[in-house]
Amino acid sequence: MGAGHAHRLHLPGRSPVHRLPAQCKLVGLVGFVLVVVATPRTAYWAFGCYAGLLLAVAVVARVRLGFVAKRAVVEVPVVVFALLLPFVAQGPRIEVVGIALSESGLLSAWNVLAKATLGVVGSILLAATTEQRDLLVGLRRLKMPGQLVQIASFMVRYLDVIADQMHRMRIAREARGFTPHGPRSWPVLARSAGALFIRSYERGERVHLAMLSRGYTGGPPPVLSETRAATSAWVSAAALPVVALMIAVTAWWTR
Amino acid sequence: MHVPDGFLDAPTSVATGVAATAVVGLALRGARRELDDRTAPLTGLVAAFVFAVQMLNFPVGAGTSGHLLGGALAAVLLGPWTAILCMTVVLLVQALFFADGGITALGTNVTLMGIVTVVVGWAVFRLVLRFLPKRPSSAVPAAFAAALLSVPASALSFVALYVVGGTADIPLAPLTVAMLGWHVLIGLGEAVITALTVGSVIAVRPDLVHGARPLLAARDLTIRQSPVASKEAAS
Repeated sequence: MGAGHAHRLHLPGRSPVHRLPAQCKLVGLVGFVLVVVATPRTAYWAFGCYAGLLLAVAVVARVRLGFVAKRAVVEVPVVVFALLLPFVAQGPRIEVVGIALSESGLLSAWNVLAKATLGVVGSILLAATTEQRDLLVGLRRLKMPGQLVQIASFMVRYLDVIADQMHRMRIAREARGFTPHGPRSWPVLARSAGALFIRSYERGERVHLAMLSRGYTGGPPPVLSETRAATSAWVSAAALPVVALMIAVTAWWTR
Repeated sequence: MHVPDGFLDAPTSVATGVAATAVVGLALRGARRELDDRTAPLTGLVAAFVFAVQMLNFPVGAGTSGHLLGGALAAVLLGPWTAILCMTVVLLVQALFFADGGITALGTNVTLMGIVTVVVGWAVFRLVLRFLPKRPSSAVPAAFAAALLSVPASALSFVALYVVGGTADIPLAPLTVAMLGWHVLIGLGEAVITALTVGSVIAVRPDLVHGARPLLAARDLTIRQSPVASKEAAS
């Protein structure tokens, strides 16, 4: 599960959300999701408000709902798990259309579904409105270790190259009449994985040599052009978590 | 499966985030010993490999298929520190660019899938190697054991986190049994695939398998003469 990251999420645009610096959006999203996670699960209305907030962001960013819905399929395993909860959880049972379900299990299922969905939609909106390079610069601005950001940027840069290589290997296998059937096909697939590793590693060595010949000394490249985020950007990015926090505080208060 | 937002409560998510940050900081220093200034390009490329190989589907039968998690495989191929960095970056990119795995659960996911699988995988790998003859092919059964145990270990750590900060009211004993039972099966598939993959790399480029390097060093260069060649030389 979790496989099939075939579609890039970025949606080019010029909306106010697109123009916010990535580091502001990252902090805003993490703050928002933390507030959502900390909200008591029985405050149903609060989750409706959160969904409304995300909807507002989507409208401002001009991200269509269909786009979000299509990308939200990564959540399917979570949904399956949540649907199982009412059957396996303990506690008093209640009848729902003739089936005895655990009351606390139903609540937990709702809790997991609501919070995970809000998190996924928030992440999709971030990825849709931010270019991958900007996200990496934003991470660097947020004091993530330079080495880690470098590794991530190499990964993102070569991801499609490696994925395409794997795709070509699949075509080559199929051209030789290979159709995977059960565990008997595993040795062939594993040999492909091994070959892919050797090719990736050797490509890494070539990339490293090419970089050395251009004067690479092991340090992170200087961050170009990106200036510090303006205070106004931070203020507008803070709007989402701050409003969410007010909703959450009200939810705790009225519980 | 990646842990989503809201599955564990906020304090647990923050605590695992702090723990993961500390270990990744250590790994950044350790990886420099394993790869020096090649760290960034090589780890990045191998992270792209791990990401790609997670998309490679292995048919199980009856229309279902599974895929590799890759923690133990990365540990055997790259050494523990670089492997932790690889898995961390893969999970980071999946959370930020593909919305898979909650952004507040990133620390939890890195701990469970990046750190526990690699550390357990590497420890088991080294332990098993001690009892095997010192030749490169011994890395294959050792990798099998490493992958086999790394997956249930990760599942058990999840159960432990769940006891501390779970949000659903599931009885502990059945949860443990279900998670262990299911993940021993997944671990078996992971083990077979990991061992086959390590075997195929060892057959071609044994020097690239980090875990097999001490075994390579132990091998003496021997000069053998084939009977054919010596006969020709004699005549």
